[in-house]
Amino acid sequence: MRFIVKNNRLHPVYEKTAQSFILSNAPSIPQPQMNTQYPINEDLQTLLQGKQLLHDDLTHPYELIQEHYENGYLQYRKSIAFEKNKPVCRRCGNTNPSLFAQFPCARCQEEACTYCRNCLMMGRVSSCTPLLSWAGPIIPPETIDSPLQWDGQLSAGQKKASNEVTQAIMENKNFLVWAVCGAGKTEVLFAGINEAIRQGKRVCIATPRTDVVLELAPRFKKAFPTIPIAALYGGSEDRHLHAQLTIATTHQLFRFYQAFDSLIVDEVDAFPYSNDETLQYAVQQARKPTSSIIYLTATPSEQWQGECRIGKRAYVTIPARFHRSSLPVPGFTWCGNWEKAINKNVLPSSVKRWLKERIDADKQTLLFLPKISNMKKILPIVQTLHPKVAAVHAEDPARKEKVLSMRKKEILILLTTTILERGVTLPNIDVAVLGAENRIFTESALVQIAGRVGRKAEAPTGTITFFHYGKTRAMVRARKQIVNMNIEAKKKGLIDD
Amino acid sequence: MTINCLICHAELLPLLGWSALFLKEKPRYLCDVCQAKWERINGHTCKRCDRPMSEEDGDTCFDCIRWEKDAVWADCLTRNHSIVEYNDFCKEVIARFKYRGDYILAYPIAEMMKGSLLTIEYDFLVAIPLSTERQYERGFNQSEAIITALGEQSLSVLTRIHTEKQSKKSRAERIHLPQVFQLVERAVIQEKSLVLIDDIYTTGSTLRNAAKLLIEAGAKKVSSLTIARG
Ligand SMILES: [Zn+2]
Ligand SMILES: [Zn+2]
Ligand SMILES: [Zn+2]
Ligand SMILES: [Zn+2]
Ligand SMILES: [Zn+2]
Ligand SMILES: [Zn+2]
Repeated sequence: MRFIVKNNRLHPVYEKTAQSFILSNAPSIPQPQMNTQYPINEDLQTLLQGKQLLHDDLTHPYELIQEHYENGYLQYRKSIAFEKNKPVCRRCGNTNPSLFAQFPCARCQEEACTYCRNCLMMGRVSSCTPLLSWAGPIIPPETIDSPLQWDGQLSAGQKKASNEVTQAIMENKNFLVWAVCGAGKTEVLFAGINEAIRQGKRVCIATPRTDVVLELAPRFKKAFPTIPIAALYGGSEDRHLHAQLTIATTHQLFRFYQAFDSLIVDEVDAFPYSNDETLQYAVQQARKPTSSIIYLTATPSEQWQGECRIGKRAYVTIPARFHRSSLPVPGFTWCGNWEKAINKNVLPSSVKRWLKERIDADKQTLLFLPKISNMKKILPIVQTLHPKVAAVHAEDPARKEKVLSMRKKEILILLTTTILERGVTLPNIDVAVLGAENRIFTESALVQIAGRVGRKAEAPTGTITFFHYGKTRAMVRARKQIVNMNIEAKKKGLIDD
Repeated sequence: MTINCLICHAELLPLLGWSALFLKEKPRYLCDVCQAKWERINGHTCKRCDRPMSEEDGDTCFDCIRWEKDAVWADCLTRNHSIVEYNDFCKEVIARFKYRGDYILAYPIAEMMKGSLLTIEYDFLVAIPLSTERQYERGFNQSEAIITALGEQSLSVLTRIHTEKQSKKSRAERIHLPQVFQLVERAVIQEKSLVLIDDIYTTGSTLRNAAKLLIEAGAKKVSSLTIARG
């Protein structure tokens, strides 16, 4: 699709002429005045409000879409813009040159139409692709009197956080909830979301992983049984459901535009550094200009921790677990050049002793390793100690089955890469990291790994050991973070032991 | 500037030492881990369609025997060459390339095909055309993209006249489908050897349809080269 300007309006054309241009080359995009006499298509209104979609996402004829634009109800925006001759994806915020490519495009007939590879999974956007948004009035949301039907109890720590979250949502403020692993952060959101929905606000919970969407959606549907809740992830069917509460993977935020009064971002720490920027971009695009953002994390970045300390970032901590036992504190054990040892098919003696103690006590164990290659090397060695040993990594197709057999106690020792650092809750386990000095084990990864221990009220303790060949700053900071949380919890009377 | 793997985005580390000198000419698109996920077809294959099969099953597969017994189709397509098996990785790459429209993946795909193309004697490469609507929808034609990435130009002698979805038909229906392609240029192919380029050889009916038309119009020989044998 190309455009020409006629009567100070864009008009789609298909021919490549001297007058026609592709959208990313448009110097500006005129927005026509709203014609109040125009009979709008309500279906289009429902689908487009708070969104940024492509023609390909809609089944409506191009002419109808153009008519809504000409009558001031729809906005065309560039999906790919050029800033200082460098492409920028306006949908996902990508500016990384290695994530753009070009192709001879049948739609605009340009020899080199630039497309974004970063958000390709949401439908390709290229230089000639308009982003479509609703520019007219939005359908007023239903107000529901107190949709929350949950009669669970909050811990003292949760209660405080819950009140502050509610206040931040009401006052459209940004707020961080720093809750230790196992504090029960989901319940902390209930009151605030209830209040928002009562006032007709739209709320979204965004999380990096599809598993979390699938886990959260039924919990929220149970707590808010009378309101429609959209669960969005790649391939989900709720795509066009206009709901007051949306639970989505962060990727799905790319389809939203100025949609939410409150955006709750789960596990902000979980994002690989490279994606961090596009996540921030997606959040900014999806929120309304006046809105609140609630960040949830068990372990904020060093920068955020600093901002909390000097009072630059509003936050609340939940320093204790729901079951009121203190967090297991990691122990450091130097184990020499372990990589050299395992290449000679021997385990460092401290590691071997540690594993043997677990085997003798019949205690289930997770052993984290920095690399798949280490894991492959060490698996047969550990198997000589005990038959019920397995290994799992990100690309392992039997990943889910192995975690399940761990749950069923068919496995005693599970070797893993950082893939199991979060999400998996196994009762009554001991955890160790071999090679804790590796770069991959950041402060937040180590806090998350330590957070696997003692999750259940029935078994609130357990050991966490970092075997290392040289202590790192990340290890020290992780331990300090955990110790500080315990001190704070003790002070506030949130733990019993 | 760093180069990244087109599939997993891992950084491609610069080659060092001798290999850097020898491999300088050869562009790299995928990391070693991704590259290793292609499953090259080697060993005994059907002499017509390159389907991997065991020695005991002879030199021609059952499907090709059926094609060649049919007077209508016999000897239209001399031979198909395929490079890799249609495993999960290949499926993912082709889906991303063709349906998601990640055009640049034509380059690692073509890179895999280059060696095989050298073994074929030909005058022109011919792309399998798409209908106008389908081409608009996708933005590009995948077989033309591969030909461009092979560093050649497609000979535009065919257009598509039938647009129904192939996959919805049974094999019998597909085989007896009326002609789906139309010839737009006859003179240039007279007595010429042509190679049809496509992404996958599945039943071979699309390729045979094109080949039949080209042979009847005067081409000397038509073979095909596809990345995968489905
Ligand atoms: Zn008009
Ligand atoms: Zn284009
Ligand atoms: Zn993008
Ligand atoms: Zn790769
Ligand atoms: Zn065959
Ligand atoms: Zn061959």
